[in-house]
Amino acid sequence: MNWLAATFASSIGKKLLMAITGFFFCFFLAVHLAGNLTLYGGSDSFNSYAAHLHSLGKLLVVAEWGMVLFALIHIITGLTLFYQNFQARPQRYQINKSAGGRTLGSATMPYTGVLVLAFVIFHLLNFHFVDKSQTTIYDIVSAAFASPLYVILYVIAMVVVAVHVSHGFWSAFQTVGANHPKYMPTIRTLSILFALLVGLGFGLLPIFISISA
Amino acid sequence: MSKHINLTLKVWRQKNQKEKGHFETIAAPQISTEMSFLEMLDVVNEKMTTEGKEPIAFDHDCREGICGMCGAVVNGRPHGALKGTTLCQLHMRHFNDGDTIAIEPFRAMAFKVIKDLAVDRSAFDQIIQAGGFISVNAGGAQDANNLPVPQERAELAMDAAQCIGCGACVAACPNASAMLFVSAKVSQFALLPQGRPEAARRALAMVRAMDRLGFGNCGNETECEAECPKGISISNIARLNREFFKASFGSSIK
Ligand code: HEM
Ligand code: SF4
Ligand code: FES
Repeated sequence: MNWLAATFASSIGKKLLMAITGFFFCFFLAVHLAGNLTLYGGSDSFNSYAAHLHSLGKLLVVAEWGMVLFALIHIITGLTLFYQNFQARPQRYQINKSAGGRTLGSATMPYTGVLVLAFVIFHLLNFHFVDKSQTTIYDIVSAAFASPLYVILYVIAMVVVAVHVSHGFWSAFQTVGANHPKYMPTIRTLSILFALLVGLGFGLLPIFISISA
Repeated sequence: MSKHINLTLKVWRQKNQKEKGHFETIAAPQISTEMSFLEMLDVVNEKMTTEGKEPIAFDHDCREGICGMCGAVVNGRPHGALKGTTLCQLHMRHFNDGDTIAIEPFRAMAFKVIKDLAVDRSAFDQIIQAGGFISVNAGGAQDANNLPVPQERAELAMDAAQCIGCGACVAACPNASAMLFVSAKVSQFALLPQGRPEAARRALAMVRAMDRLGFGNCGNETECEAECPKGISISNIARLNREFFKASFGSSIK
């Protein structure tokens, strides 16, 4: 095998792919959240944010396809790791006990990951692959969140995303080798804070919209 | 003060690698709390042998926590729930009269059960053979001061070298990953000047051996660090990752 392919096929190489793409998604979440905060400003502020975003034109298309590529890498590698890790212990323990290392986030990565994927597809069908010629994006969003079912689904999805990144954020630092006695405790705290920011930041939006409408 | 307790053991019995295996309930009456866990098994085995039953097979050697031979999963915890001890260092005073104790072998694809609690951990030997050494040409020893080593680095290398290769990290890992073991073995050399000449080759060879032998992938669950009887830190895993990236992307070794 070619050395580069061999590197990324190795266990640590696959983890590196997870970490790089995972870091990127964390960055994406932060930017997406910043943009969505304009929803608190009402219809005009959100529509003008959307218009600004779409005025990027080709750049936005490139970014979108880049994200699709990164998503494919993250998903395919993540599922491969999940399968291999399952294979690595054919005979399970009769009694399972944690010594306190695992967290809710770390123990559920593959499951929260798959749920996030299902949510992302649902989310894109709601707000991306829709005809926007007769209406504005704000109207589409507020129409969706007029339904309590949508509000509940979105809030649950954001809790799931928060659980995924609560482990993913610090784990990606550890994977790329950024473990330092001075910084690691802070990184682990930041991981929780980032998860809370994502969970609350996105999670409160559907509630706000449904109340304010 | 010595005290005696009555225990019920649920021990994993498995005739050989192929057989399925099952829990067997065995009474362990009148166990002195001054015994170690392995001595308790000795007493149970002696009774079983005189009764004509097949004694419980388990691994052991030094019985003082330095060889890395012993180990079983006691009530779901490799080497038992006591922190920083091997199974041979776990004493019966940590159990209460009337307790039921479940004892299972370390379980992993790369660690096959030989019999009952005895597990084949030669996969670790194969990882060591792949790169867990330094090559020194024989000759007169050079002056020690030619190779200055900062105190902090020497300490970190010694911490990594504490690993006794028991395999509890693999047993504790939800993914049966051997990263803590490999990271300790790579780190003890990578931190010292004598280990640097072969550092790239070593990191690649040991990681490849680990992958080939069927261990899982690290998910940074940190269960290994919590269970390791020698307190090996996961900061070694981050170092292994750095060494692997340096070797993969920065060295000429393929
Ligand atoms: C907003 C979306 C997502 C974000 C921000 C995200 C972020 C991350 C991060 C930062 C990691 C840690 C990487 C490491 O440990 O080095 C990670 C791991 C993981 N992700 Fe995601 N992820 C997302 C979506 C998904 C999806 C859609 C899936 C699968 C269908 C998925 C499956 C996984 C799995 C299985 C792991 C654990 C890999 C391992 O450590 O063994 N993730 N994610
Ligand atoms: S790292 Fe700890 S648990 Fe793993 S083999 Fe070494 S001593 Fe045992
Ligand atoms: S028998 Fe040697 S470490 Fe337990």
